[in-house]
Amino acid sequence: MSIAGLSVLNGAHALHDRNAPILQVERLSVRYNGDFALQDVSFVLNQGERVAVVGPNGAGKSTLFKAIAGVLSPTSGQVTVAGHCPGRHICIAYVPQRSQVDWSFPVTVADVVMMGRVGRIGLLRRPGRRDVELVRQYLDLVGLSELAGRQIGELSGGQQQRMFIARALAQEATLMLMDEPFTGLDVPSQEHLFRIMDELRRREVTVMVATHDLNMAADRFDRVLLLKGRLLGIGRPDDVLTTVQLRAAYGGQLRLIQTQEGMMALGDTCCEGDGHDHIR
Amino acid sequence: MITFVDFLLKPLSYAFMQRGLLAVVMVGVVCAVVGTYVVLRGLAFFGDALAHAILPGVAVGYLVSGGAREPIFWWGLGTAVLTALGIGAVGKGAGIKEDTAIGIIFAGMFALGIALISTVRNYAVDLAHFMFGDVLGVSVGDLWLTGVFGGLVILTILAFYKEFLVISFDPILAVTLRLPLGVLRNLLLVLIAVTVVVSLQTVGVALMVAMLITPAATAYLLTRRLPAMMTWAALIGALSGVVGLYLSYYVSMASGAAIVLVCTACFGLVLLLRRKP
Repeated sequence: MSIAGLSVLNGAHALHDRNAPILQVERLSVRYNGDFALQDVSFVLNQGERVAVVGPNGAGKSTLFKAIAGVLSPTSGQVTVAGHCPGRHICIAYVPQRSQVDWSFPVTVADVVMMGRVGRIGLLRRPGRRDVELVRQYLDLVGLSELAGRQIGELSGGQQQRMFIARALAQEATLMLMDEPFTGLDVPSQEHLFRIMDELRRREVTVMVATHDLNMAADRFDRVLLLKGRLLGIGRPDDVLTTVQLRAAYGGQLRLIQTQEGMMALGDTCCEGDGHDHIR
Repeated sequence: MITFVDFLLKPLSYAFMQRGLLAVVMVGVVCAVVGTYVVLRGLAFFGDALAHAILPGVAVGYLVSGGAREPIFWWGLGTAVLTALGIGAVGKGAGIKEDTAIGIIFAGMFALGIALISTVRNYAVDLAHFMFGDVLGVSVGDLWLTGVFGGLVILTILAFYKEFLVISFDPILAVTLRLPLGVLRNLLLVLIAVTVVVSLQTVGVALMVAMLITPAATAYLLTRRLPAMMTWAALIGALSGVVGLYLSYYVSMASGAAIVLVCTACFGLVLLLRRKP
């Protein structure tokens, strides 16, 4: 199914240029209060790829996502999504960190997924039959049909994450940016997320995932993007996550041990919720 | 039984009580519905500040008209809308924290209002009306203004329901859906401003924030669904208005204060009685 083709229905938004890569970042720099959060970052993603974005806290992972989503304007350089600037797309979904969400907000799971439709429904209109049907379908796809009427605070961490993926699907996103979706999830919940990501791949949805889990980044993603303000590398995990590169990225935060099978990295100090800015 | 009916009907034999009751019901509903967003978006301090900041506008209307109601309404409305948009802009641009900026503007405007009103001799009574409301002085013209503008506020909230929901719950989603975030945010501030002016005569500037947040906060304890929260808040707001007005009639206390006390009592009761979720 061509999700991109549906954007034809919405005249206000950019058509996808099929010859252009889904995401092209060229010499992107973002500066906050004089300091560079991102400097001179360039890379290209292909449709349907699954890319892990790794780097220490404050490496600019969230900033990168926000620039790609068009939430932040680059200080210099540019981002193009399917040939156009992000501000003209409604097909880029940002899946927030769970710690950034007000879980006591009076909405149900189905309400949140329906929010993804708001850009398509348009002003002064109510959700139609098709919108309701899509919400039902995507809730089913992420395995939350039975919890559709629950207040969002009643969900487990993994369920909360799946709800946001359903919302991104409802948005008809072709590019999903997930900010630390695996943080704080148990292994079965993580596996459930990967099964859903496999389904996203079948639908040709490109997924970027910020993660602190280097093992997972190495094992479960097509490519890894290593970031520390600058782009230290993007490519196959073996090529990017080298001793030299990891030292450059993490310095003392990561312990590298020489073992018989080669180099082993021990734990990235992960903490939630710092270095992120809010929009009110 | 007869006595209870008498108890309810007797005040209604006065036209000013009929008008007052109509006013408190309308104001209770409008404040509560708008107040739902005030509570969810953490704008309580903004609402309080805005109510106080309209005083200079009200004062100018009062001075130029010699006390006639309608100019006071329009001057208040203009000031409220400008202040709401101004506070929004200051919060963004200046290098100080938003609540500090709001505090500065709020206190300065409030002082200006008092200064203006105090230039009139024997100003104390009129100032007290602006501060604490004068629901029994509501005229038919006031009712029309309240009805029309209150109705507009409710209609706007309903029309932009899903957009307001998105900007309140997840502003970043609003940006990625390419909703006009700034416009919607300002529209919501303007709605709060209109609500404040519509409610001015009922509760006055000093107690306004209670009408905005207390019924909505009570409803928030009762439900975790937004439409239900709005409905509960509206019911609590309207009921508190009616009960408060009867209370002020029989106990002869200031009506605005009575209404707010009933709101607060509702909140306290619900807080005590609710099942722990």
